[in-house]
Amino acid sequence: MKMTTNSIGRKVPVSVPGWGKFSPYNGPASRLDGQYQATTAQICSRVNPASRDKVVPSLREAIENTGLSDGMTISFHHHLRNGDAVLKLVMDTIEEMGIMDLTLAPSSLTDAHDCVADYIRRGTVRRVSTSGVRGEVGKAISSGELEIPAIIRSHGGRARAIEEGSIAIDVAFLAAPTCDQMGNLNGLTGKSACGSLGYAIHDARHARYVIAVTDNLVQYPLHPFISIPQVYVDHVVRVNSLGDPSKIATGAARLTKDPLQLRIAQNAFDLIKASELLAPGCSFQVGVGAISIAVASDVREYMREKGIRGGFCVGGIGGFMTSMLEEGLFEALFDTQGFDASVTDSLLKNPSHIEMDVSWYANPFNKGCIVNNLDVVVLSALDVDLDFNVNVLTGHDGILRGASGGHSDTAFGSSLCIIVLPSYREGVPSIVDRVQTVVTPGETVDAIVTERGIAINPRREDLLLLGRKAGLPLRDIEGLKRETEKVTGIPDPVEFDHDHPVALVEYRDGTLIDTVYRIR
Amino acid sequence: MSNPMRSMLYIPGNNPGMIQQCSFYGADSILLDMEDAIALSEKDAARNLVSHALRSLDFSDVYMTVRINGADTEFFEKDLEKIVPSKPDAIRLPKTQGMEDVKHADELITLLERENGILEGTISLHAMLETAKGIVNAFSIATASPRVRALTLGGQDLAADMGIRRTKEGTEILYARSAVVMAAKAAGIMAFDTVYIDISDLEGLLQESIMVAGLGFTGKAAIHPSQVPVIHQAYRPDEKDLRKAIRVVRAAREAESKGIGVYTVDGRMVDGPVVTQAHRVVELARISGMDVEGADLK
Repeated sequence: MKMTTNSIGRKVPVSVPGWGKFSPYNGPASRLDGQYQATTAQICSRVNPASRDKVVPSLREAIENTGLSDGMTISFHHHLRNGDAVLKLVMDTIEEMGIMDLTLAPSSLTDAHDCVADYIRRGTVRRVSTSGVRGEVGKAISSGELEIPAIIRSHGGRARAIEEGSIAIDVAFLAAPTCDQMGNLNGLTGKSACGSLGYAIHDARHARYVIAVTDNLVQYPLHPFISIPQVYVDHVVRVNSLGDPSKIATGAARLTKDPLQLRIAQNAFDLIKASELLAPGCSFQVGVGAISIAVASDVREYMREKGIRGGFCVGGIGGFMTSMLEEGLFEALFDTQGFDASVTDSLLKNPSHIEMDVSWYANPFNKGCIVNNLDVVVLSALDVDLDFNVNVLTGHDGILRGASGGHSDTAFGSSLCIIVLPSYREGVPSIVDRVQTVVTPGETVDAIVTERGIAINPRREDLLLLGRKAGLPLRDIEGLKRETEKVTGIPDPVEFDHDHPVALVEYRDGTLIDTVYRIR
Repeated sequence: MSNPMRSMLYIPGNNPGMIQQCSFYGADSILLDMEDAIALSEKDAARNLVSHALRSLDFSDVYMTVRINGADTEFFEKDLEKIVPSKPDAIRLPKTQGMEDVKHADELITLLERENGILEGTISLHAMLETAKGIVNAFSIATASPRVRALTLGGQDLAADMGIRRTKEGTEILYARSAVVMAAKAAGIMAFDTVYIDISDLEGLLQESIMVAGLGFTGKAAIHPSQVPVIHQAYRPDEKDLRKAIRVVRAAREAESKGIGVYTVDGRMVDGPVVTQAHRVVELARISGMDVEGADLK
């Protein structure tokens, strides 16, 4: 495989058998020059206009109708989180039908998808393109069981890849918590309710065939809330269950009591405050990690105290954010993915809680994605390096165990991107000379916040000045690293087989930012 | 002037994770506990861990105290032998009943300081009063050795010793609190109040902290990091007091430079104790993150 070095010094292939040619990453805005051309999949009518019912008796029959055959590309969404049973149900049916060599292009793979490792081993799946890889699938790919390297894409990058045809979905299998017989569907009601269907909406628009799989078939027309209208759906298949509701609809994450996490959150909040971005109309994104929620809690208190009303929150939405919306601390919530069950009701009842498809959220090459309007984003990381590069993909053992998600998208779009993480986890330092895998380039990261202090990217001289003015515990990143290593020592590096790439990490613009190798 | 110690956070001496991170919890001082928090079977492990941590970790400018086991236990001497060479800022002596207890510990520590090449008197003693006898002897304990730099009240054990029940109002230990503060002030040393057990009741903690700060305690023990900012809040001067304190400090400095002995601020005579108090208010304001501009802190 011919390799080249990209602009941040990472070796990436220029051509990959089974995928084709790639360009090396060359800066976060290098392809935003208007030269980018998108080709959109053409959708033509295949449904009998006289039909008033798209329900097909079995999944197998629906698949047969699509003409799915060896080598095609199929997609799934991961809105059912760790409770999803649809991917396995569909894949088992496909295996029974003897279809092989598929490209599996789900929006992400969760802990519910360990079975994918078996489909890889049996040859049902030959290529994988996803945002996240964990558990058995991560181990299988990292040990080289997938002949063609997997492609890891950010949420915005996947939306872009679908629109440009890099991911040409032949059949999208969309778990539909509620659906009518013509294929109008949503994720808000039914026993498998999961919230927003932001990823599924995009797949539905661009796939050649769309099969809605539901365990809650309702009388036509579904109302009042339709996430994906019937115009995109070819077939509807009714099944007994989409998965385990207890894992689909998890409870809202609680505010942490862990003093270390609270310390980190306090430092992050102090930095946000110092940045002077928490002003009327501000926009904000946090994840649902414990530290992120603690930061959100501090932001909430501050906004209450100062009487600040923000513009909007965005992203994967957890219960904490909906409570801030209800309280009137923000004008609107843009929701591409619910993180817990408590947000589902809000989306149904609160008109200011807006379901948003993933291209709207983060596609770098549309006419304006929402991440570009973000003021502050707080993100977690597995580890970071002296160049502020962030790894959210490979663990300390070098094995794939994370997800690109909206990390690089929001880092690029936001005015202030803060990475929060403890200085070490289980004795292994979090700040290293060079992260194993770059997902988000350091040139889009503004600060690394740990319990030991705050390292501001030297590119942000303005933020450094504000931080000094506010008396923040500012540290240079090398100092933080050295201090941590006094406690942890320096771990031996993981050994990789650099002749065998197992995964390619795409930056959101489609260029390659890094390569993951087989572990020895 | 050393930083006021508003909070003293208990950290179990056998918990390496918490020990490693304790200096990030925001407490002014840390108490690594080898006594009540540690099961008998864990005493050796805690002693080794605390000693090693003190020698190898950087706790920044956090004041480090170790609570050893009492002189009535088999662990007392072993604890001192291991901990003194690790040079904590202070050693807390539990169940101090009278001046003899202090003198006994003082002699052993002095010996161990000599043996280990540590300047005599480097390590302070904090005497913990948690029996009726200890409370009655508070002043003689406080003055038994120059090494004693603080009296600390142990409310739970005191209640057990007296056969009374602790209440949130704390009326039952009001005398003990007052006695400890009075003795400490008379001896010119610090006084730490006992712990607030209900870690979920931060409002109750705040009320109690305001009360003990009002009694004159220089600080209060915390058993969970979440209690630390609440205790600090109780010691945060109000804005009006701070502005007045700054005026006093500035007037004192001006008077000193001009050689004036008697002067007034806001129409009132200012003397030495008022200036001392003003300095303390300014210092508390500074560590509370308040704007102390104009106080010309050096």
